[in-house]
Amino acid sequence: MTQRVAATPGLYPLPDWAKETLSDLKGHQKGDLLSGDESEAIVDQYDEVRAEFVDDQLDAGLDRVVEGQGRWDDMIAHPLTVHDSVETGGIVRYYDNNNFYRDPRVVGDLDVSGDVARELEAATELVDGEAPLAATLPGPYSLADLATDEHYADEAEFQAAIAEFLAGEVEALPAHETLFLLEPSLVTNPPAEGEESTATDAIATVADATDADVVVQTSYGALGEKLYAHLVDEADADALGLDLVAGDRDDTVYNVQEFGATDSLALGLVDGQNTLVEEPETLAERVEWFESQIPAEGFDRTYLTPNTELFYLPANKYRAKLNALAAATEVLD
Amino acid sequence: MVRNPDANRDQFRPADHPNDAFLLTTVVGSYPKPKWLNRVDELVDDPDSKFDEGDLEEAHDDACRAITHEHERAGLDTVVDGEMRRNEMVEFFADRIDGYEFNGPVKVWGHNYFDKPSVVEEVTYDEPWLVDEFEFTSAVSERPVKVPITGPYTLGFWAFNEAYPSTEELVYELADLVNEEVEKLVEAGARYIQIDEPALATTPEDHAIVGEALERIAAGIDEEVRIGLHVCYGDYSRVYPEVNDYPIDEFDIELSNGDYEQIPVLEEPELEPDLALGVVDAHTAEVEPVEEIKQNIRQGLRVVSPEKLTISPDCGLKLLPREIAYGKTENMVTAVREIEAEIDSGEIDVENPLDD
Repeated sequence: MTQRVAATPGLYPLPDWAKETLSDLKGHQKGDLLSGDESEAIVDQYDEVRAEFVDDQLDAGLDRVVEGQGRWDDMIAHPLTVHDSVETGGIVRYYDNNNFYRDPRVVGDLDVSGDVARELEAATELVDGEAPLAATLPGPYSLADLATDEHYADEAEFQAAIAEFLAGEVEALPAHETLFLLEPSLVTNPPAEGEESTATDAIATVADATDADVVVQTSYGALGEKLYAHLVDEADADALGLDLVAGDRDDTVYNVQEFGATDSLALGLVDGQNTLVEEPETLAERVEWFESQIPAEGFDRTYLTPNTELFYLPANKYRAKLNALAAATEVLD
Repeated sequence: MVRNPDANRDQFRPADHPNDAFLLTTVVGSYPKPKWLNRVDELVDDPDSKFDEGDLEEAHDDACRAITHEHERAGLDTVVDGEMRRNEMVEFFADRIDGYEFNGPVKVWGHNYFDKPSVVEEVTYDEPWLVDEFEFTSAVSERPVKVPITGPYTLGFWAFNEAYPSTEELVYELADLVNEEVEKLVEAGARYIQIDEPALATTPEDHAIVGEALERIAAGIDEEVRIGLHVCYGDYSRVYPEVNDYPIDEFDIELSNGDYEQIPVLEEPELEPDLALGVVDAHTAEVEPVEEIKQNIRQGLRVVSPEKLTISPDCGLKLLPREIAYGKTENMVTAVREIEAEIDSGEIDVENPLDD
């Protein structure tokens, strides 16, 4: 029987109190954003934020708990923007959103930084065994896409170097049940025809660095069919994450019917970019509907997730969405 | 189809205008708030303070009067109150339109947030949004007053849409409300309206939605009323020449910021509405010298003739220190008057405006 798992890839909105205290401590300009060597006062604030994120998830009853990534000022570009071999350039648009991040300009070798591992260690202590942990990282394809390479020879080498860097970060992580690799760029700026395997090889490099279940989460619409087929076969993911909110859902159904699926699937069911809170019953129906479209005899696991990160939402709605996800798995049980 | 800018431009020419040539000077809208206004905006929420809503209204009136006069002192042909009563360009209107609710701030970048509202039911028109503001500013000003209004595309796409099947449908409903507001402003005497659509710059592929929204806004508005469209920080090649089909009198864009690299985009085919050209940067804290601004104005003459050129700063000046905002505005007007004189004397060849 398919196991249903309520989970999120993290990147939560800061609580309103922390929006104020952190902007007072850090400032509003480009140069004020996080560089990885923040003062003790700032560290303390983020510790409180992390504790609140963990409580939010335990209260909601999610099946996986994430660290919440409150420190990720530059969204999924964070692991690079705090890296010593990276200089941050101007503010650039984050996908097709009214959001911006600092352009990470890679100017040296990308060795292991351990920044994300330290966050997850802190979360491990807070969760204290009450629920399994999920780690979050950008996927190598998207991280390379969001960055500017001023060091490596070409795009393929850059992607491979980013993948090696992320694999090193994964190896440094404390124990985790699930690893989410966020790969929105696979939809918004897919690899050129014939270059698909470069991207999937890079993802496999990161996925192979952990024994945990790996979810490769895509966003902002359906994957192209050829790329989808490559991902199923080559990315070494336990689950592909599919956006069922944005874009044409039929294209995603077609992909699954035509090219099969990974052993598990993650369904982006909750709209991470709209304050309208879904009813758990509606989410449950969507899960059953999608599962019924798939030719295979059930799979290991269906992850119920938002279709994007949740930082786009006001704090009250983010919490309501966590509750809706967890409640939907109850409805399905 | 473009409106008829010739039919409304002359009313803004001051009776004592010193030159034959007339380049209409204006501002985009927002202006730095006096520090005391920010203080009292907070004071009114302090339960321990005796400062109440009535006091705040008086403070807003005083600030509007001060900034309107500051615009007049700078020599502008048309003035704005600096949007002293407004907090943020979407929030202000969402607060006045039934159907919106606020849930709290969301991140734009770093620690910059915006109280992005949600549309939770049908949007409807209740009380006028800007008529009181316009009447007050008109009464204290000797010059014609321009009224900036956040456009329906921006009001729709910079909100969460919980209520409409598509945000496009929401935009058209909002456009009908903006049309109602413009009618009321015109009734109150307004003759210069500016629709602000910064969201178009982020999604230029939606130019047809903005076009349809403008059709609804301009429906039934007499040609003596000047309707401008302000867009900023975009790639204009992606909305041009479609802009020529918009029912507007004036297309107002920021180009000083990009050092006029995009001017050739507007040269071919010919721009049909008047051009309102940004000639001072809204995001640098140095006042541009008059000579530099004059060179910028000449860039506008590459696109349109002097009778079709309006001059303004790139964008709202609210993020600058106040004395810098004033310095830029004053130098801008000085530069325009000098350019007009040079056109009159033949020193500037309007066919080859960059030639000395």
